[in-house]
Amino acid sequence: MVKAAVDLHIHSCLSPCASDDMTPNNIVMMSKIKGLDIISVCDHNHTGNLEAVSKAADEAGILLLPGLELETSEEIHLLCYFPSLESIFNMQSVLNNYYLNIENREDIFGPQWIMDASDRPVRKVEHLLTTATKLDLYSCVSLVREIGGVPVPAHVDRSSYSIISNLGSIPGDLHFNTLELSRGVSKEDFLKKYPEYADRFFISSSDAHDLGMILEREWFIELEKLSIMDILEKLRG
Amino acid sequence: MTVKDFVQHCGYRILSCADRADKTEITGVYVCDLLSMAMARVKDGELWVTVHTNINIVAVACLTNASCVVIPENIEVEEQTVNKAAEKGVIIVQSPHTSYEICINYHLKKSESGNG
Repeated sequence: MVKAAVDLHIHSCLSPCASDDMTPNNIVMMSKIKGLDIISVCDHNHTGNLEAVSKAADEAGILLLPGLELETSEEIHLLCYFPSLESIFNMQSVLNNYYLNIENREDIFGPQWIMDASDRPVRKVEHLLTTATKLDLYSCVSLVREIGGVPVPAHVDRSSYSIISNLGSIPGDLHFNTLELSRGVSKEDFLKKYPEYADRFFISSSDAHDLGMILEREWFIELEKLSIMDILEKLRG
Repeated sequence: MTVKDFVQHCGYRILSCADRADKTEITGVYVCDLLSMAMARVKDGELWVTVHTNINIVAVACLTNASCVVIPENIEVEEQTVNKAAEKGVIIVQSPHTSYEICINYHLKKSESGNG
């Protein structure tokens, strides 16, 4: 068994709300300095920086769990984790049909940069990523699972963009094994309010929008061995 | 009808940019709690009613050029949201009424103004 230090929710400069210095190499190098074993860069509704992050992570010897923070039509944030770049890019090609196509106003939301593996800007995504998609929660969950991914409701303790705030509860028939809590919220505090979710597996991530926010070696997941398949299995349950 | 006319008539409380309230005309009302829908549908100058108090309501109001955002039922608005609204020139109004009652009040005030 290994205790892997993880941060499974980091935004890159593709998310308009993230700092410009959240480039693929900066994220990976900061994670390396902080001593993390596995990271996941989960941008809002887009996977455009994952290829570059993956290359940087390979070079630095950090495992990258390919991820995405999808916003459903109900405005629920759902982390979607996949076993490979190939599978998450399959998800992206389906997702391309479900955007609302609201134009991004950089002066309000910020730019949405796709970078290459040398942190050079390649292009900007023009439609706003921090908004809902046309995929409803149930369709989204089945789609992610069909493609081999694991859906995890994000920051379930929060009063906005969470499955509990928007639906009132976590529907049992969606069989979520893992729930994400916001940084600083303990499982114990959450369960005091929502004891019905005591049987779930909880993860706590940074939801980092700048480099300093990325977790230190402070959140661990026990795995058989340090691998993407192992962590995915752990999340899937 | 300006935001100030409406707010004074109803006795609501302005949380940000009160100095702009007498210069900002209300052209209509849109009620919606899905931010993505409000983003696409609120028209220029409309008063937008939502229970959301998250900082993103400021971005939606800027994007759509809403005349103001009205928060119903005295829901408390985060300081971060009020500060951001002040910075971006967005008027946030807090009302003790339900969304339905806010609409009715607007309609009554508008009819009254319309009749001279």
